[in-house]
Amino acid sequence: MTHPVHKDDFGAKLGMWLFLFTELLLFGGLFLLYAAYLHRYPREFAAAGKELDWMLGTANTVILLTSSLCAAMSVTAVQRGDNRRALGLLGGTILCAAGFLAIKYVEWGAKFGHGIYPGSERLRGGAPGESVFFSLYFMTTGIHGLHVLIGGGLLAWIATRVRAGRVAAGNHVLLENGALYWHLVDLVWIFIFPLYYLVL
Amino acid sequence: MTVSDHPRGGFWSDTGRSGLGSWIFSTDHKRIGLLYLFATFGFFLVGVVLGLLLKFELMTPGRTIMGAEAYNAVFTVHGVTMIFLFILPGFPGAFGNLVMPIQVGARDVAFPRLNLLSWWLYMGGALIVLTSLFTGNGPPDTGWTFYVPFSARTGTNVSLAVFGVFIIGFSAILTGLNFITTIHRLRAEGMTWGRLTLFTWSLYATAWVQILATPILAITLVLIMAERMLGTGLFDPGRGGDPLMYQHLFWIYSHPAVYIMILPAMGAISDIIPVFSRKPVFGYKMIAFSSIAIAAAGSLVWGHHMFTSGMSDRAVLVFSFLTFIVAIPSAIKVFNWVSTLYKGSISLEAPMLFALSFIILFSIGGLTGLILGAAATDVHVHDTQFVVGHFHYVMFGGTGFAFFAAMHYWLPKFFGRRYREKPAVIAWALMFIGFNILYFTMKVLGMKGMPRRYYDYLPEFATLNLVSTIGSWILAVGLVIMLVNLIRGLLRGEPFEGNPWGGATLEWSIPTPPPTENFAREPVVTHGPYDFTAMKE
Repeated sequence: MTHPVHKDDFGAKLGMWLFLFTELLLFGGLFLLYAAYLHRYPREFAAAGKELDWMLGTANTVILLTSSLCAAMSVTAVQRGDNRRALGLLGGTILCAAGFLAIKYVEWGAKFGHGIYPGSERLRGGAPGESVFFSLYFMTTGIHGLHVLIGGGLLAWIATRVRAGRVAAGNHVLLENGALYWHLVDLVWIFIFPLYYLVL
Repeated sequence: MTVSDHPRGGFWSDTGRSGLGSWIFSTDHKRIGLLYLFATFGFFLVGVVLGLLLKFELMTPGRTIMGAEAYNAVFTVHGVTMIFLFILPGFPGAFGNLVMPIQVGARDVAFPRLNLLSWWLYMGGALIVLTSLFTGNGPPDTGWTFYVPFSARTGTNVSLAVFGVFIIGFSAILTGLNFITTIHRLRAEGMTWGRLTLFTWSLYATAWVQILATPILAITLVLIMAERMLGTGLFDPGRGGDPLMYQHLFWIYSHPAVYIMILPAMGAISDIIPVFSRKPVFGYKMIAFSSIAIAAAGSLVWGHHMFTSGMSDRAVLVFSFLTFIVAIPSAIKVFNWVSTLYKGSISLEAPMLFALSFIILFSIGGLTGLILGAAATDVHVHDTQFVVGHFHYVMFGGTGFAFFAAMHYWLPKFFGRRYREKPAVIAWALMFIGFNILYFTMKVLGMKGMPRRYYDYLPEFATLNLVSTIGSWILAVGLVIMLVNLIRGLLRGEPFEGNPWGGATLEWSIPTPPPTENFAREPVVTHGPYDFTAMKE
């Protein structure tokens, strides 16, 4: 009893969109805490927020937006049957992901150097709101960073499939879903960036 | 051919593979469904044993068999096992997988491999939870709610248990998105939304709750682990955090999770009652709509778990009001079931008996829920045995009895053999009686002021506690009889063929047990799920 392989690109994308909902809600919990604690400690949040480097934050925003552009363009390239170009663009996305993480490493490293990390002496001794701000900052950017890592890995795996010709025009839902996931990673950052680096 | 070598057939043998590997790596929704059934029901039995131990401890005042700390650990593990390992994954995982794809006329779920991954994640998470009981500094003793600040400070193995639950959450999310995609994309020709079975409708609503609520649990559990391992202090009042925020996050998930537990049960009841009343279901559209309404309204009422936690009075009022709104769609369901029975040709067989007792027990549980939902009365009974009685009526009397109804209704279809009717009825009667003795006395005890989660109590509560413990034994005896009868029947009982109960839903139109492909040809649906007259023609 052999049946033709069931194939439903629309269904696959529907599943991905549902999964993206769950990711939004995951970060939603952290944003909820941000809102509640900002309401309680507006001054401490403002003071602590000034310690974040908005230049690095802006650089990372530009990098992520570029990476999303590359991902979207690689989908178009595959649709047009140009797998080589798609591969190059995916490489660009992955490079951007690596750049983002490198900058994040520098940022975190500088904070650690100043004795700012969850449970550190400095935060234990400081104002209560400051500790809350930085704990939230590290949790949110940490979990986001993990998503960058996972998304980058996912796209790298998809790139091997593009290279092998397993993903090609008319059969590219895997790449589309990978790009969708990457856009989500980007989107979450678009919320993190102003909330932590700009508005305070 | 004697009864015992009646071949099982269908999906049990038509792939030609039958080893363990052909099960635990199968992407067939029926095999995965049975895997879920065995696993979840196994954990249910573990939970039952722990529950019996708890009741045994409460038989007499003072120490009976265990001290305070052991009691804390046992009620925590009882709760975690029953909720995260049995009741949340149980109905969607077991019966959702077994029945839903057939009911919509599909060959399998939308993502069969993802479905298998869900089961593996569930088993992995369950294994981690089990490991947490026997390693580190002993099993968690926080209660299944993992409330801070205690969960952040206790030396017991909370982090590992929480991590296991986190993994199980992934499994629930994947099952949810799989089911939603299946119901949207894989309905057979003619299977309009208005012809879906009510069980499928309820799974659809459940799946949305699984998707929308579970991520909040995930982040909450991550924060607990961070609190313990990194010292983030986000819920530590000493460092500017607020334990109340933890409770909010926890119940934003965990109250909707109550509807993950009860909605599929309501769906199964909505499928069983018309069949055994020989009458189309009354108010199909309203039952389907009320599933969605319960899912939606139920997501906005989490605060009623926190009336005495120090929320503002305004928040208490709003949450209390919203809680009462959930009662409306719940009552719609009950009224529609009762109206379906009205002038029906009722046949009191085992599935129907369990279904009818579901209505009674769920109604008692639901109505006592309103006492807890009203802010004024809640303050009086908060954190007493009354609460324990209430949610056991809903969860065990509701979902548990519906699970038993579903086992008696659908399992013969998948095993091709049936249980004996008389022991099933005796088991049902014992369980129904034992259940009410066990949990109704708890409600009375709570009204009299006996708090929950203590291994000891004042002498004035002694008589009722003894009665309650005896009830737990009657319930256990009934459960054992039911189980033995089911296992014997499904493995060696009379052959079960055709459509003896006259169900009009699609699963009764295919061979017993169903073949791996479900349908020889893709079905074309021409009548509704409870249109018994169309079926006769």
